[in-house]
Amino acid sequence: MEHQVVADAKPVTVPELTPTIVARGVDVFYAEKQAIFDVDIEIPRNAITSFIGPSGCGKSTFLRCINRMNDTIPICRVTGEILLDGQDIYDPDLDVVELRARVGMVFQKPNPFPKSIYENIAYGPRIHGLTRSKKELDELVEACLEKAGLLKEVHDRMDEPGTGLSGGQQQRLCIARAIATQPEVILMDEPCSALDPIATAKVEELMDELKSNYTIIIVTHSMQQAARVSQRTAFFHLGKLVEYGDTRQIFTNPNDKRTQDYITGRFG
Amino acid sequence: MTDTASRTLQSSHQWSSPEARRRVKRRYGADRRLQLYGIGAIGLSILLLGVLFSSLLFTGYVAFYTTKVALEIPLDPSKIDKEKPGDANYRGIAKDAFLALFPEVTSRADQRSLVKIMSSGAPYILRDYVLANPDKIGSTVTVKIPLSDPFDQLNKGVIPRYIDALGVDRISLFRQLQERDVVKVVDGRVFVTADVYVDPAKLQDGAVSTADSQLMANEALRSFFPKQSSLAYLEILADDAAESLSKRIADEPQLVGKTVSHLLPVSPRYADLETKGEAKIVNPRFSSEQEFAWFDALKKRGLISTPFTWELFFNADSRYPELAGLAGALSGSFYALLVCFLLSFPIGIAAAVYLEEFAPKNKWTDLIEVNINNLAAVPSVVFGLLGLAVFINAFGLPRSAPLVGGMVLSLMTLPTIIVATRAALKGVPPSIREAALGVGASKHQVMLHHVIPLALPGILTGTIIGLAQALGETAPLLLIGMNAFIPSIENMGLTQPAMALPTQIFSWADSPERGFVSRTSAAIIVLLGFLVMMNIVAVYLRRKFERKW
Repeated sequence: MEHQVVADAKPVTVPELTPTIVARGVDVFYAEKQAIFDVDIEIPRNAITSFIGPSGCGKSTFLRCINRMNDTIPICRVTGEILLDGQDIYDPDLDVVELRARVGMVFQKPNPFPKSIYENIAYGPRIHGLTRSKKELDELVEACLEKAGLLKEVHDRMDEPGTGLSGGQQQRLCIARAIATQPEVILMDEPCSALDPIATAKVEELMDELKSNYTIIIVTHSMQQAARVSQRTAFFHLGKLVEYGDTRQIFTNPNDKRTQDYITGRFG
Repeated sequence: MTDTASRTLQSSHQWSSPEARRRVKRRYGADRRLQLYGIGAIGLSILLLGVLFSSLLFTGYVAFYTTKVALEIPLDPSKIDKEKPGDANYRGIAKDAFLALFPEVTSRADQRSLVKIMSSGAPYILRDYVLANPDKIGSTVTVKIPLSDPFDQLNKGVIPRYIDALGVDRISLFRQLQERDVVKVVDGRVFVTADVYVDPAKLQDGAVSTADSQLMANEALRSFFPKQSSLAYLEILADDAAESLSKRIADEPQLVGKTVSHLLPVSPRYADLETKGEAKIVNPRFSSEQEFAWFDALKKRGLISTPFTWELFFNADSRYPELAGLAGALSGSFYALLVCFLLSFPIGIAAAVYLEEFAPKNKWTDLIEVNINNLAAVPSVVFGLLGLAVFINAFGLPRSAPLVGGMVLSLMTLPTIIVATRAALKGVPPSIREAALGVGASKHQVMLHHVIPLALPGILTGTIIGLAQALGETAPLLLIGMNAFIPSIENMGLTQPAMALPTQIFSWADSPERGFVSRTSAAIIVLLGFLVMMNIVAVYLRRKFERKW
């Protein structure tokens, strides 16, 4: 609950579109090989920012730096500074578990726990002690499912395994699971690449609704998706942040030749 | 570069040329042959397995019933003290009750051999019966007492009443004589007509000693078997052959220095071969034919029955196969496996989780890994020696105890569990770990809440397979003395001397009594039964806990 105090204290003073996440001079190494070169970026609050770029350009790697998922890879080393609400997330005093609760993540492949739908969502709040009673937890689970637009579809089978849902439903379940820990930021790593167009549309719709409450960062290979859902777009190439700006500007009037080549389909 | 590419691509290969067809045919042939080799290999292993199981069942099934005689026993209160029923002379009571079946047998010697039909365990069975039913003292009860092993086996048809008295080679020697037509029957006695040279050098004072005429008779017989180096043929002559020759020389002194045709009497077994066509004697496991008569009489009176051998499961070991059971071995194996499980399961999982999830990857952990994999291949007898040296000699733990047995077995089971657990942990998809990490689960929460539950079916299967191996392991238990002969099941515990199933099998297989042959097979069947059950449990657990993701 401690982090909530921090989270609650700040939004009052921080106006709209002020940055939640600020990265300065971020380099990432896999053993000797450098994957990210000196990335500086400011990601605005309560908006959708998309990372685009060809495969292997480092956009996912950078995304995973924001909730320190790269910590799980022993050979991975991050230098530079990433600030979440002004706080350095690589500060040794910072609790990485708390960070991951504050920065939720949705993965490429829907990966619900092989447990019931209810348990999938209740798990995070339970381990972080976010609710005081069973009733409170029930309400939270319902609220998250409601927010993820899944409640109507699953309200009568909350005890059935989450893995029994369709791919699109599973991905929305994962989004519901991510918002259950009441994060400020949701990272989405190609959340729609394993989904059919209808399920994709639903997830995009959901993202659009969520952006009023959450800062969303999405990695996507689909430029149409980036153009449709995001307000800001960052183009990565060969580990460097080539261009970052308003989505409209990036897609209509890119400053960099490489950005232009990429969005017009000349490489990637 | 471009030229080569275009040339190979624009190949003018003739798919229907004879060569191409031959190649296709060869390919199909090779496919078929590969399949046939596989089928052949599987067929062969099924055949061998079938032979193994059928031979086990065939020899073992007779141990599952016991030949028993229904004995009417008067529990005379004057012989059994109601206050102290355990102290009565049950040996005498059982003997008297059995002798009462044959009142016509009166001589001491006959009575002794008659009582041998009944199992030597009869007094204990009777005592246990009285202790269990003290209210029956004063009445006459019918108790089923097992027969002693030879009669049990006789009734089951495992051993014959009569066996061949002569080996095949002896019979063939005699057949050679028969073919030469020198075997004659005179007045019911069988003789060999042989040409005996009466050597004057062997005569002293006109008479011949028995030893010398024996030599002459042997010499005469040898002429029939010029190429035989063995002297086995000398057995053919009866004991009185030499005597008859001496007598004839004494009667007819003119024979001295001449070769004379003489009828040498043939020993009884070979005589049977001439007159009856075969030579049989009473099976040496029985003392006389009289015993068969008594046994047949019991059978005729309907006193013999063959109930299921519950003793096999509820009796302790015994020197008498008809009484020997597996209760001691089962409890020893149970305690040993319990210790083995309690030690190897938590240690194995902890080690595997650390190595798989937490250990840094460096040369030390590599070394540990390699060694754990090698441990699984160490011969079990080495673990037994280790147990003997460390647990018994250094730690001073009791010898022959299931506690030590379980500790030694856990050394063998540990690598199996560690390897299986690591494989199971590796098999949990990384997406589950990421999902858990993504909602802010700490490392131990990821492990305890997600990874281990998902790996559990694999872990359990590995554990059960490890335990099944441990159940069948013999050598290390022999080394730490878990083949103690424990004829009672009263003192069973972790630190008490005990037997285990495989060592029981080993010790029974070593025993000379005929009944232990089928007992051994039966014990193997029981052991295999437990292994099958454990494997079924493993499959069941795997099915039950397996979850899709």
